[in-house]
Amino acid sequence: MIELVDVHKRFGSLEVIKGISASVAAGEVVCIIGPSGSGKSTILRCINGLESYEAGTITVEGVKVDRDAPSITAVRTQVSMVFQRFNLFPHRTALENVVEGPIYVKREARDAAMEHGRQLLERVGLANKAGSYPHELSGGQQQRVAIARALAMRPKAILFDEPTSALDPELVGEVLAVMRLLAEDGMTMVVVTHEISFAREVADRVLFLDHGVIVEEGKAAEVLSAPKHARTQDFLRRVLRPI
Amino acid sequence: MDTFLRQSIEFLPILAQGLRLTVIVTIGSLALSTALGLVWALMRVSGNRWLAGFAKSVVNVIRGIPIIVQLFYIYFVLPDFGISLTALQAAIIGLGVAYSAYQSENFRAGIEAIDRGQLEAAQSIGMGWWLTMRRVILPQAFKIVLPPYGNIMIMMLKDSSQASTITVAELALQGKLIASSTFQNTTVFTLVAALYLCMSLPLIWIVGRLEQRFGRR
Ligand SMILES: Nc1ncnc2c1ncn2[C@@H]1O[C@H](COP(=O)(O)OP(=O)(O)OP(=O)(O)O)[C@@H](O)[C@H]1O
Ligand SMILES: [Mg+2]
Repeated sequence: MIELVDVHKRFGSLEVIKGISASVAAGEVVCIIGPSGSGKSTILRCINGLESYEAGTITVEGVKVDRDAPSITAVRTQVSMVFQRFNLFPHRTALENVVEGPIYVKREARDAAMEHGRQLLERVGLANKAGSYPHELSGGQQQRVAIARALAMRPKAILFDEPTSALDPELVGEVLAVMRLLAEDGMTMVVVTHEISFAREVADRVLFLDHGVIVEEGKAAEVLSAPKHARTQDFLRRVLRPI
Repeated sequence: MDTFLRQSIEFLPILAQGLRLTVIVTIGSLALSTALGLVWALMRVSGNRWLAGFAKSVVNVIRGIPIIVQLFYIYFVLPDFGISLTALQAAIIGLGVAYSAYQSENFRAGIEAIDRGQLEAAQSIGMGWWLTMRRVILPQAFKIVLPPYGNIMIMMLKDSSQASTITVAELALQGKLIASSTFQNTTVFTLVAALYLCMSLPLIWIVGRLEQRFGRR
C-alpha cells in the first residue's frame, strides 16, 4: 500500500536519501533501524509529505505523494504520523487533541467524533485522562494520546518516528505495549526505532538504513539475529551492547 | 487651589469633548491596525515568496515614514486624487496604517515563536494552512502576543494626540485651544495630563498583569 521507487532527497548540497526503493503491504509492520543521520526520519517525513523529494516516486494506495498537490490532504488523512516529541496541541485537552482532525479536517459530526475519541483514549489506557491538558500528563501518557490522535483519523497506516526515544526508560514499556496491540489488530505500521527487541518481536520486516541507502532488509529475525552485512552487524553490536 | 477647582469645573466639559475624540481615534485606529497587522503578518508567514516580499516592503515603507507625515499625506494629498476624508477619518486611517507595521512585527514574532512540531502535527492530520493557523498556531501565539499588544495600545493612546496636526480637536488640541484663549496654562495642561494618565495608568497596570501571567515560560 506504500510504495517507494528510487527516491532521492537532498538538503542543499547534502544528499540525504540516495535512491531508496521499498514497499509496505497492508497489515505489515516494518521497522527501520540505522545510525543517527542515516535518513530514517527524512524518509518517513517524505511518505506523508512533510518533506518534498527531488526524484523517484512515493505512492500511497496508488496516489502519488506530492506535498504541493491538493491530493496531499487525502494522503495525510490515510497515513498518520506519531512524532518523537509527541507534538500534542498544548492548548487542548487529550480528548480535544484526538478529535481535532476528525471534526475539523474530516468534518465528522461532533458527537460521533467525541464518542470515537473516548473509545480510542480507552484503547490506549487513558479513559480517565480525557480532560487533562498535555502538560498534566507524563511523557508516556502524552505519546499514547498522540497515538490515539493518529488513530482517530481512521488511517490505513501509521508512521512512528522514534516514538519512545524522548521517554524516561520506565515509560517506554507502556507505549510499546499500545503499539504491540495495534500491530496485533492488523494496523499497517512503519516504525523508526532503536528498540531492537520490539522490532524482533513485532516487526514483519526490518530495513537497515545507512547513509541514505537501504543496506539490508529482510525478515526481522534474519536481519536482527543473523545480519549479512558488516555495517548491519557493526550497528547491531553497538546498539545491543552499548559502550 | 480654590481657583484651580473652579477653573477645572469650567474647563472639564470642553475637555471632555476632546477626550471623546481621543477615545474614538484610539479605538478606531487600534481596530484598523490590528486587522491590517494580522494581514501583513499572515502574508509574511504564508510561505509564498511574493506575498511575504510584498508585506515586508509595505511594513518597511510604513516604518520608514514619520506618523505625522503619513497623516499629512492622507489628509492633504489624497484629496488631489479625489479621495477626501474628514479629519477624523484621516486620523483613524493614518494612525491605523502607521501602527499596523508594529502590530505585524509583534504578531509575526508570536507566530514564529511556536514550535515547528505544532505545524507538522497539524499537517500530519491533514490540516491546510488556514486551518492550521486558526486552530493551532494563532491560539498559542495569542498569549505571546498579548503583553506587547497592551504596550502598543498605550503608545497609540498617546500618539492619538498627533491627530491634532490635522485639525482633529482631540484632548491635547482642545487643551491648547482653551489655554490660548484663557491663558490658564497650568490648570489646563495639568488637567490634560491627568486625563491621559486616567486612561493610560489602568492600561499599564493591565499589561503588567498580563506580563506576569504570560510573559515567563
Ligand atoms: N531540515 C533539514 N535541513 C538540513 N539538513 C537536514 C534537515 N533535516 C535533516 N537533515 C540532515 O539529513 C540527514 C538525515 O537526517 P534524519 O533526521 O533523516 O536522520 P535520522 O536517521 O532520523 O537520525 P536520528 O536517528 O538522529 O533521528 C542528517 O545529516 C541531517 O543533518
Ligand atoms: Mg530521526
